[in-house]
Amino acid sequence: MIEGILTDLAAVMTWFGDPVNWTGRDGIPNRLTEHIVMCLLSMVGALVVAVPIGLYIGHTGRFATVTVNIVNIGRAVPSYALMAVLYPLSIAFVVMGPGADIAFLATFLAMVLLAIPPIVTNTWAGIRGVDDDLREAARGMGMRGHEVLRGLEIPLALPVLLVGVRIATVQVIATATLGAVFGGGGLGRYIVQGFARQDDARLWAGAIMVAALAILAEVGFGWWIRRVDRHAIVTRR
Amino acid sequence: MTDRPVIDWRWIGSHLDDLWDLTVEHIVLTVIAVGVGFVLSFGLALVILRWRPAYGPITAIAGIMYTIPSLALFALLVPITGLSTLTAEIALVSYTLLILVRTIVIGVDGVPVDAREAADGMGFTSRGRLLRVELPLALPVIVAGLRIATVTTIGLVTVSALIGQGGLGRLINDGLQRGFPTMTITGAVMSVLLAIVADVLFVLTLRRLTPWQHVRRSDP
Repeated sequence: MIEGILTDLAAVMTWFGDPVNWTGRDGIPNRLTEHIVMCLLSMVGALVVAVPIGLYIGHTGRFATVTVNIVNIGRAVPSYALMAVLYPLSIAFVVMGPGADIAFLATFLAMVLLAIPPIVTNTWAGIRGVDDDLREAARGMGMRGHEVLRGLEIPLALPVLLVGVRIATVQVIATATLGAVFGGGGLGRYIVQGFARQDDARLWAGAIMVAALAILAEVGFGWWIRRVDRHAIVTRR
Repeated sequence: MTDRPVIDWRWIGSHLDDLWDLTVEHIVLTVIAVGVGFVLSFGLALVILRWRPAYGPITAIAGIMYTIPSLALFALLVPITGLSTLTAEIALVSYTLLILVRTIVIGVDGVPVDAREAADGMGFTSRGRLLRVELPLALPVIVAGLRIATVTTIGLVTVSALIGQGGLGRLINDGLQRGFPTMTITGAVMSVLLAIVADVLFVLTLRRLTPWQHVRRSDP
């Protein structure tokens, strides 16, 4: 058993050491870049949609219950199923419109939808969590609605908002691998290829890189959130 | 491009039996995963509640497992346990651990000190206090965790179709392989519906289990 694991480990090390795996389309630099670009683009897409919604329902209190409920249903939608549905739709879109990468489009859309729910709910929860006394004090000081939002609510909600972004990012990094099943790029390719060719070293290498990327994001956000949180506490005094 | 419609309703009509069987398979895979995951998580949470230093290491390990892509975990287990239900379940169970352990511990931690002291004052042993006071009060948080775990698992079951399991995920895969969108879309839509139904059932169950949280206040 242990001997087997050591052999596997050695094979993975050899795989990482092989120069072939560092060049070309299937090389680590390219696949890693593809993966990171996919995750960054989807996160930007999700933030653009989710943060304004969260801020609006948090600040005004309007449509909050309805929105949070809809978003929670969105959480129930499996990404793999979503990609499977989006894939034929993306084909239709690409055939009609500009020639784009079908798998990329399907994965991107599925990842945006995956990332929206945690960001909306956490943005909303962060704003709702701001002390009402502070809000009234800000109003009393003559701050207008958008000034309260920018000067008080957003800074104080930032730690909770970022926790939502962290959850979304980690999920997107791990789930974006599924795009490879539909012929997309990214680190998922190694997993799909490794499985198809029964090349365990390749499979392991892909899994390790994805997990490492996700853990890196988790730790990085943790550090950022602690910084922001300390700042928020200081301003709270 | 053929002029075949995107959704072939006749195919669905003539395969209702298959759809039902696959739905049952999907539910069975999910229930086993969440059930086993809950038993394991409960044990781990008890260890943490008794001995707090275990919290960090246990959640760190569960957290690392959570970051391994489902596709990779399924594929990595195949050489060891084959294209079997066991392979699917090992992976599915491991994804429930982080959510469930965390919510059980957070739920029990969130029990008000007053309730705990009252229980001590009434002469409960620490086990009695846990079973009859702390766990019931932690129930909303624990059920919320079960809800997330169940919905996530329903989604991950579809991925296990790639290793020959998968319930409704089989439809997604077969449809993709045969270029028959009706199958893919039916499988996807039904797994989404299954997840939504599970989600709603949890909300309703929680309402029944914790009637004290939904008392209508008649006094102003």
